[in-house]
Amino acid sequence: MTVRYGQLQALTSIDLTMASGETVAMIGANGAGKSTLLRTIAGLHSPVEGTIRFEDRDITRLAAYERVALGIVLVPEGRRLFPSLTLEENLRIGATRGRPGSWSLARVYDLFPWIAERRRMTTVFLSGGEQQAVAIARALMSNPRILLLDELSLGLAPAVIHRLYNVLPSLLAAGMTILLVEQDVTQALRVSDRAHCLLEGRITLSGRPEELTPAEVEAAYFGLARRGGAGAG
Amino acid sequence: MVWVNALVQGILLGGLYALFACGLSLLFGVMRVVNLAHGDFAVLAAYVALAIIAGLQLPVLWTALVVAPLFALVGYLVQRFIVQRSLAVSPLTTLLVTFGLSIVIQNALLQLLSANSQSLPSGVLASGSLEVNGQLSIGYLSVIVFVVAVVVIVALQMFLSHTALGRQVRAASDDQEVANTVGVNVRHVFGIAAAIAFATVALAGVAFGMYSSFDPAAGPQRLIFAFEAVVIGGLGSLWGTLVGGIVLGLAQVLGAQVDAGFGVLAGHLVFLAVLALRPGGLIPARFS
Repeated sequence: MTVRYGQLQALTSIDLTMASGETVAMIGANGAGKSTLLRTIAGLHSPVEGTIRFEDRDITRLAAYERVALGIVLVPEGRRLFPSLTLEENLRIGATRGRPGSWSLARVYDLFPWIAERRRMTTVFLSGGEQQAVAIARALMSNPRILLLDELSLGLAPAVIHRLYNVLPSLLAAGMTILLVEQDVTQALRVSDRAHCLLEGRITLSGRPEELTPAEVEAAYFGLARRGGAGAG
Repeated sequence: MVWVNALVQGILLGGLYALFACGLSLLFGVMRVVNLAHGDFAVLAAYVALAIIAGLQLPVLWTALVVAPLFALVGYLVQRFIVQRSLAVSPLTTLLVTFGLSIVIQNALLQLLSANSQSLPSGVLASGSLEVNGQLSIGYLSVIVFVVAVVVIVALQMFLSHTALGRQVRAASDDQEVANTVGVNVRHVFGIAAAIAFATVALAGVAFGMYSSFDPAAGPQRLIFAFEAVVIGGLGSLWGTLVGGIVLGLAQVLGAQVDAGFGVLAGHLVFLAVLALRPGGLIPARFS
């Protein structure tokens, strides 16, 4: 698929397939088009060319809120919790059009007791890491099948990022498919089954994290050498 | 005693202003839309009530039960098909669009129903009153309108704070895009907010029609009172709008007590004083 932002072609001929239950990392520099890709899958942009399919169903024209009902949910860049809602309301709103499943308020409170303690407070006094945890929990409340994670590490301290990525696998029930976009390459490769490198709107490198050498990743990330585009580009 | 009477009448008149202003406050608070056709929709509601009284022989208070749901539907459609489109362009466009609606309504009424002024036949409601003593009497109509205003504003606040749909309204107001991605149909939710706002406008229009006469061009003058109540109370705060309405009503009645011609001006002066000294309004708060 191809996505344009006004005159700018943000994504060019992206062809991406994800298998159920797999964790895919999309890495790349600022402006490579990673967020645009996630937002397009979530339904916030529509591609000028190509289609988005989910289990043999063409969902290209479906609105973002309708995709939530199918199980496609975005955790947006910069957390973006609702400031005039309490913590609990921020979680409840995640279940607005959710699917039935194992995630509930009780389960979130079990996992993060500090959210339960502060559930009647607004979110403005939370630290960045706490906000990120709430943003992920808000998405989980809808029992997603595909979770789109946009720059979890943005603006967080390295220690907090490390903790977040350590908790991540335990949050994600078996069978949940994850597409994560990240500038922090190390963390992204650590948790993913498959990785793609995005450069100027094209996929320049694809492979399993253990097969990719640091030199290859560096080259693809910064566009030092145009090679390895055969994988999915 | 004259002043006590003025105080009571002022507070009760404030109820009418609060009822009239809460729709404006809601639309602004939720979508940042300033509805310049607000006053004209109130006048339109009064004309519709007049037609219902003539056609169905309903007593005037019962017309509110027909006009309010009808205007809720109108509000939903106006939001979805007219305002939402302009909202996507820019906030200034919504001003132009609602200004255009205002002119269309005024001229359509003028064409169809002439410039003659009308009033809703309210019989004993308008003239009847509770005589507390020789100098203090409280009109039935103004008490009813005041009670309706308080009930409407309390109900609206409860709806926003404690219901799932109210929560969606607040979320959509905070961040449309993210609300969309967590499963909120933002356009529908905005339509609901507009429906509620228009239902309150209809109630206020009927109340206004019983208080005083109206003609096709009466909308914009009334809009000023709603604006003043909203700004005095604090933008985007429903409790503020209730307080703002009462302050405006008090200022007008107490001003008129000083000099019969001074009433409306006193209201404007209080409004200007609040703008100068407390630009955020008396109760500046968000819906929460």
